[in-house]
Amino acid sequence: MTVKIKEWPGTALSSRDIEEGRVLTVRHKLRAEYEWDAGVAIGRYLRELKNGRLIARRCGGCERTLLPPRMFCEECFTPTSEWVYVGATGTVNTFSICYVRWDVVRLKEPLLPAVITVDGASPGMGILHLLGEVRPDDIRVGMRVQAVWKSPDEREGAITDIKYWKPIQGG
Amino acid sequence: MAKVAVVGAGMTKFVRRAQETGPELSWQAAKMALDSAGLTLKDVDAVVIGSAPDAFDGVHMKGEYLAEGAGAWRKPCIRGFVGGGTGVFSPIQGWYHVASGQFDTVLVVCEEKMSSCHPHPQGAFITIFDHITERPLGPNLLWIFALEMNRYMTVHGITKEEIALVAVKNKKNALDHPCSQLGAELTVQDILDSEVLAWPVNRLDVSPASDGAAAIVMCAEHVAKRVSDKPVWVEGVGWHLDTAYWTNRDLYYPRYVEYAARMAYEMAGIKEPRKEIHIVEPYDPFDYKELHHLEGLLLCDRGQAARLTADGVTQRDGDLPVCPSGGLLGVGNPIAAAGLMKVCELFWQLRGEAGKRQVPGTPRRGLAQAWGDLMQVGTVVILGR
Repeated sequence: MTVKIKEWPGTALSSRDIEEGRVLTVRHKLRAEYEWDAGVAIGRYLRELKNGRLIARRCGGCERTLLPPRMFCEECFTPTSEWVYVGATGTVNTFSICYVRWDVVRLKEPLLPAVITVDGASPGMGILHLLGEVRPDDIRVGMRVQAVWKSPDEREGAITDIKYWKPIQGG
Repeated sequence: MAKVAVVGAGMTKFVRRAQETGPELSWQAAKMALDSAGLTLKDVDAVVIGSAPDAFDGVHMKGEYLAEGAGAWRKPCIRGFVGGGTGVFSPIQGWYHVASGQFDTVLVVCEEKMSSCHPHPQGAFITIFDHITERPLGPNLLWIFALEMNRYMTVHGITKEEIALVAVKNKKNALDHPCSQLGAELTVQDILDSEVLAWPVNRLDVSPASDGAAAIVMCAEHVAKRVSDKPVWVEGVGWHLDTAYWTNRDLYYPRYVEYAARMAYEMAGIKEPRKEIHIVEPYDPFDYKELHHLEGLLLCDRGQAARLTADGVTQRDGDLPVCPSGGLLGVGNPIAAAGLMKVCELFWQLRGEAGKRQVPGTPRRGLAQAWGDLMQVGTVVILGR
């Protein structure tokens, strides 16, 4: 009953309370390491990235071409049926110009994340990646882009084997 | 199904860093909720605890960690977790505990203490991205909001100025909330001039990281009639999950919110939500999300929520008051507690006890909604008197 309550509980601390030791704290650094199996579908996806190609899975039921690939269709709940190579070109569906890192450290040069719908996959099938070789102010939703790959000897079977996507000139 | 009432509510202040531990905050909110209903822990048959990722606290089995504070000692207890949707999902769990007939009185407690995570609680969010296909790209939580906001703005031709009006409204509403962390009188220009974090998201478009707890008491009809002269009834509940392949969906529209809302409207027998819902507490961790969710809740046409805001319809004294509490943008965002704070607000508003925040005309029915995970969870509760 908000009108009847005069004193609300909860005590706000300031950074000085901590620095000057007015309240006690305990610190711990969690160290954990994981090694994730890429699995069947993404295992092949990564192998093809190492080869400089993007691959998807086609579902015989709904006839969608699924990217990232999966061995089962979440809609039909049946196994997907075949591997399909898709293009290394696509369209910017949405993007951001990001000036902070994951730990909120500020960046001078912004990161340019985007959802890119890939040619050859079903409409709306996009992946998260980065844009490059473009001025942030020039990026537009609907812009045509192409993958820029690392050189074959630098590739390791990872999503970062594509360095970024750059605008297609005249696209 | 048995009728289920809400008969008590409580919450702590929402603050950037609280001196109290998670269990202490939980206890403060739970005790206030019980006191406000004139009940004691002896009257409680079961407890529902809501709290977001263990990674904030660095404490595993967080439900068990919070249990004593939430009043769950030697009682049936469950901790629910659907990401940011948790705070409105916990009262749904409380509802089905009682509606099933298994329990008469259930205490629902939601707590979050984000400040423990260093250097910044945002770091705990990187693990929501796919660990093989996305995390190597160095994502942060702001990306998904920025990408969604840009898509929403682009599809509908909505400007940042129009969206900033939501932050101005909610932070102003929060000035009247005794527990608020960020109540403020700001202008659209203040929002636009704040630091660009991840364009189109500026710092003042975003709710803060917070510590806090909230709680409600839910009970069966025969108990409600005995202990309360002003019970508020659960008229509808709904929840829904969309695919985690979030880059395969068009982010401009939250379909999962619509499905959750439709489930709740059907249960409540609501045919025309725009006429039959009188106040709304949609989830507003970012200002554009309030607009996005109003559309998903079918409370306006797609792309029209910005206009409602500009026309003043969503002000506390407008035709459809939205976030009269001050929302996450103003009161604060201790994730699960923030969702349940919205349900507390409906309880106080429908009973005419919201003080300076009271919406005129004593609303009869309100809706609270939360949202979470990889932009895929919708949770909805409709309360009425």
